[in-house]
Amino acid sequence: MHSIVEIGNLSKSYRRGGQIVPVLEDLTFDIMAGDFIALMGPSGSGKSTLLNLIAGIDKPDHGTLRVGGIDITALSESELADWRARNVGFIFQFYNLMPVLTAYENIELPLLLTRLSGSERREHVETALAMVGLTDRMAHYPSELSGGQQQRVAIARAIITDPTILVADEPTGDLDRVSAEDVLTLMARLNAELGKTIIMVTHDQHAAQKAHHIRQLDKGVLLSSAA
Amino acid sequence: MSIPLSYIARNLWTRRLTTALTAGGLALVVYVFATVLMLDAGLKRTLVTTGEYDNVVAIRKGAETEIQSGINRDQASIIEMHGAVAGGANGERMASKETVVLISLIRRGDHKPSNVIIRGTAVIGLALRPQVKLAEGRMFRAGSTEIIVGSNIASRFEGTRIGGRLRFAQRDWTVVGIFDAGGSGFDSEIWGDVDQLMQSFRRTAYSTMVVRLVDAGLYDRFRADIDTDPRLTNEVKREQVFYSDQSRALSTFITILGMTLSIIFSIGATIGAMITMYASVASRVAEIGTLRALGFKRGSILWAFLAEALLLGLAGGVIGLALASLMQFASFSTVNFQTFADLSFRFVLTPAIGLKTLAFSAVMGVIGGFLPAVRAARLNIVDALRAI
Repeated sequence: MHSIVEIGNLSKSYRRGGQIVPVLEDLTFDIMAGDFIALMGPSGSGKSTLLNLIAGIDKPDHGTLRVGGIDITALSESELADWRARNVGFIFQFYNLMPVLTAYENIELPLLLTRLSGSERREHVETALAMVGLTDRMAHYPSELSGGQQQRVAIARAIITDPTILVADEPTGDLDRVSAEDVLTLMARLNAELGKTIIMVTHDQHAAQKAHHIRQLDKGVLLSSAA
Repeated sequence: MSIPLSYIARNLWTRRLTTALTAGGLALVVYVFATVLMLDAGLKRTLVTTGEYDNVVAIRKGAETEIQSGINRDQASIIEMHGAVAGGANGERMASKETVVLISLIRRGDHKPSNVIIRGTAVIGLALRPQVKLAEGRMFRAGSTEIIVGSNIASRFEGTRIGGRLRFAQRDWTVVGIFDAGGSGFDSEIWGDVDQLMQSFRRTAYSTMVVRLVDAGLYDRFRADIDTDPRLTNEVKREQVFYSDQSRALSTFITILGMTLSIIFSIGATIGAMITMYASVASRVAEIGTLRALGFKRGSILWAFLAEALLLGLAGGVIGLALASLMQFASFSTVNFQTFADLSFRFVLTPAIGLKTLAFSAVMGVIGGFLPAVRAARLNIVDALRAI
């Protein structure tokens, strides 16, 4: 196994009310390809910020951050957008589906940024829908789906471009126990069967147990690693 | 590929009430804008079709209208005998010496007086205007106090039906026919025998002459001869140009008034579109953040919101244009500022007006949507994703 994410001396701070608030301080660690890690810690510990940096939607103040061998801190905003489209699959706590698009269209959305033809896109979307078990719901709008189903659509959207990494921010935070279990099982399957590298932020100890490793953050500092 | 149009259109549909109200505001402005253009086009078409391309009008130099013009009998004979004037089948000259006078008639409905052009002409005058056809009754007899009236006059003024009597110039005149001038300005005129009318109005000179040239290509030579002949104080113009020139003052007035109103209203409608689009952005901050996270660039977001505003504008444009198109079934009467006579014309919708109107509505939409679209495009991804 090789490192898919290499983090070196990474720091990030925010300006709040004229004051600089450090969020991540001198963070260094690697994530191996095919790994499934859970980032845990109290609110404000910096775990979501770290996830945002790895996903390329935020920029660090200092340090190096390589994902799939690419130094993403050196990419321009436009290059970063292209990079995200190819390499990152997002799973959000509140699913973040487009309410006016059907399940099918939501899943197809990232493929519109590729050069695939309409028929190729259809093939990909149908495969993803089958993988998350929602083929019969492809024409439904998010409002017509349960929370668990919406999150499965979001997962299908996240994997549709076969990204390098999947980032999940509290993916079960808005779900009941049964739906949360379904989603976690699906993520574990994606990791085991497709070899997807998954980085998941969670407060839920039970969800974290599904990961291979748990990384604890507190006040922007990495505390420990547990298998 | 950019954000799909279905996403853009469905967002408008999702907020149906807001979309309908905003599009309705835009539609009202578009309606005013299109109606003004249609009115102007109707006026121009009416006055342009009043003239025949081969016909030439002779008037007194400097006169802008037939009412202001005067041609004495000697001058009329010189012009009539010019070699460029065509001859008719019976050897007569294709020249109609005419007198044009304003009289006041009472309108049906509001019973208020309004100026009407009465034209003294002869049978040859009808021959020179093939668009003028008798719709009812018969032609007036030469040397009589009979008159024929244009279709707009017959429908809008009292005493102008066949058999009706009108009193003017100290005589009673009998309506014996109604003519249809094909929507031209002649529809708003009354015609009678030129000699009888000149006598009644105590005129010694004609107002204008209309002549048909042997060949339309002789116009420049004919004009030069009339200009340089020391016996003449007249000038000539192609009949179409002469009548379309008469639309200028009214056309300018309609255009300035209409455009001023349209611009003022459009500011309000554009602000309405802007508020709608700002609300649209505000309600979709998290969606924008998600799209950006998925890899859509700022340009795509900008385009998506501009396209949404454009669709909103076009929706207003189509509704406004549809409403304005109904005006084609209505006619409009007003006083022509140049002739001081009542003139009826229709609202005319042309493809060019349709395109201009849709472009106007699209511009209102895009201007209204520009700042909200820029705001959407400039949102920070992390902040936007936190907005749920």
